[in-house]
Amino acid sequence: MRKTCLNCVYELAKKDPRVVFIGSDIGAGTLDAFKRDFPDRFFMEGVGEANIIGLAAGLALNGKIVYINTLASFITRRCFEQVLLDLALHRARVRLIGSGGGLVYGPLGPTHNPTEDIALMRAVPGMTIAAPADAEEMKRLMPQTLEVGGPVYIRLGKGGDPVVTSPEHGFRLGEPVLARPGRDALLISTGVMLGPALRASDELRGEGVGCGVLHVHTVKPLDAAALLRAAEGMPVIATVEEHSVTGGLGGAVAEILMESGAGRGLRFRRLGLPDAFPDGYGSQAQLLERYGLTAGAIAENIRKMRR
Amino acid sequence: MKKGIDLRLRRRILQVLDCSRRGHVPSSFSIVEVLKVLYGEVLRCRPGEPAWEDRDRFILSKGHGCLALYVILAEKGFFPEEELARFCRPGGILGGHPEYGKVPGVEFSTGSLGHGLSFGVGTALAARMDGKDHRTFVLMGDGECQEGSVWEAAMCAGKHRLAGLTAMIDYNKRQAYGPVREVQDLEPLARKWESFNWEVVSADGHDEAAIREAFGKLPLSPEKPSLIIFNTVKGRGITALENDPSWHHKSGIKDDAMKALCDALGEDE
Repeated sequence: MRKTCLNCVYELAKKDPRVVFIGSDIGAGTLDAFKRDFPDRFFMEGVGEANIIGLAAGLALNGKIVYINTLASFITRRCFEQVLLDLALHRARVRLIGSGGGLVYGPLGPTHNPTEDIALMRAVPGMTIAAPADAEEMKRLMPQTLEVGGPVYIRLGKGGDPVVTSPEHGFRLGEPVLARPGRDALLISTGVMLGPALRASDELRGEGVGCGVLHVHTVKPLDAAALLRAAEGMPVIATVEEHSVTGGLGGAVAEILMESGAGRGLRFRRLGLPDAFPDGYGSQAQLLERYGLTAGAIAENIRKMRR
Repeated sequence: MKKGIDLRLRRRILQVLDCSRRGHVPSSFSIVEVLKVLYGEVLRCRPGEPAWEDRDRFILSKGHGCLALYVILAEKGFFPEEELARFCRPGGILGGHPEYGKVPGVEFSTGSLGHGLSFGVGTALAARMDGKDHRTFVLMGDGECQEGSVWEAAMCAGKHRLAGLTAMIDYNKRQAYGPVREVQDLEPLARKWESFNWEVVSADGHDEAAIREAFGKLPLSPEKPSLIIFNTVKGRGITALENDPSWHHKSGIKDDAMKALCDALGEDE
């Protein structure tokens, strides 16, 4: 997904001379083609995220559209004030490409696993947050990031994530995709959790339970009307995210449901990571299993909620 | 003591202060002459067309010095003078820190320290990429140089050899709590910047001829960003402000204190 995303930046740069790329100290060879073809629009500025964000704001307010890539943990945590003030306050056209949102870097511990990045970015006024489910969806997303009037946070999954989206659903930034219809329960997912959510839905269908899946690739702005349409009459709803249950997709959905009155009589649960630092190591898949973010565990949650 | 400094502009600052009875007066008084020469003789700008593409960019990174900036922007005609009377008031555009998009002539919202130089690096880089000859000026406080982000930006500008970028430090040697050298000493300040590949000069920041001479030397090097360290006195012009750190930021200034400040400056001739 990262490689596809960065290739898209290169493709955008070919078509649009305003496009600039800045990396911090990312993997050797990254975007070599971009560097070769557009050396004056390619920057590798070292391990100093605060400066990179401010520098990007300066470029953006002088007509550039800036794509920045570094680890999701550093691009959201380390330079939060720069993101808030230099980018959001100035509605700067800077796109933050965060590698490894969630537990992608599971073996590397809490410093490298941003499990609260969506919550941080949600609190930033005017921020757009996109979390595509796979590389194919990334290709549909990226051209639409070009003209967004303000900063965009793009949360990347692991890479090599199975393709679970369908081109026939289309893609419009800000509009959730009803990936699977169903009237007995609804799973609302973001990012790579679409895969397990769809498999959970398959599992439940085998038991005669129609479990819909709404894929929220744009967590902010969240289309409340589309969400309420999908939630209408639904007795059971669970959100699924590779993120803390505090302040992420689950919180955003709960706020909309409660404020609309749709929460009455509804059984609702946020499936995600606990409000705690990851307390062990392992691969992303192992950690997701530990925290109940697998198809089987998601389906089991729906079964319990229906009882 | 007051010889040579611009008392008229300082009186204007007090008039603006009087509208809301709050503000960072000493930090504004220490940059009056630098801003006066910068806007009067150095910056290429069009007050009636603040977004003119070829303008020089000025960023007041020490945003709390905005009282001096507002008075000068108003006199240059960036916005009507009447706006000064609404400083920090509902419906006004002039806050306790300057905001981009609200105040014509303000390039970047500042107030939180350590942001302006990176932004300036970005504007200078954009100018170079576009083949433009406009310049970027960033004025920082000395206490501000305690922010790590300043040094990230300094390193970055040095690497890019941004001759179109000039940073200035208002070296008044006092911060909110007390003397800079006691809170977190910056010395040797010039050598620090030189070691980050900047060309550095120092000048008396209250002597207009010395300020003019320093600006006249720009760029200090064709291959490096320039730094001018302006030696200044915080609160310069009113002895009470110069000596009392509690004046750094004051709110709810009473009538008698306001009168004492005004009396200390005397009246326009």
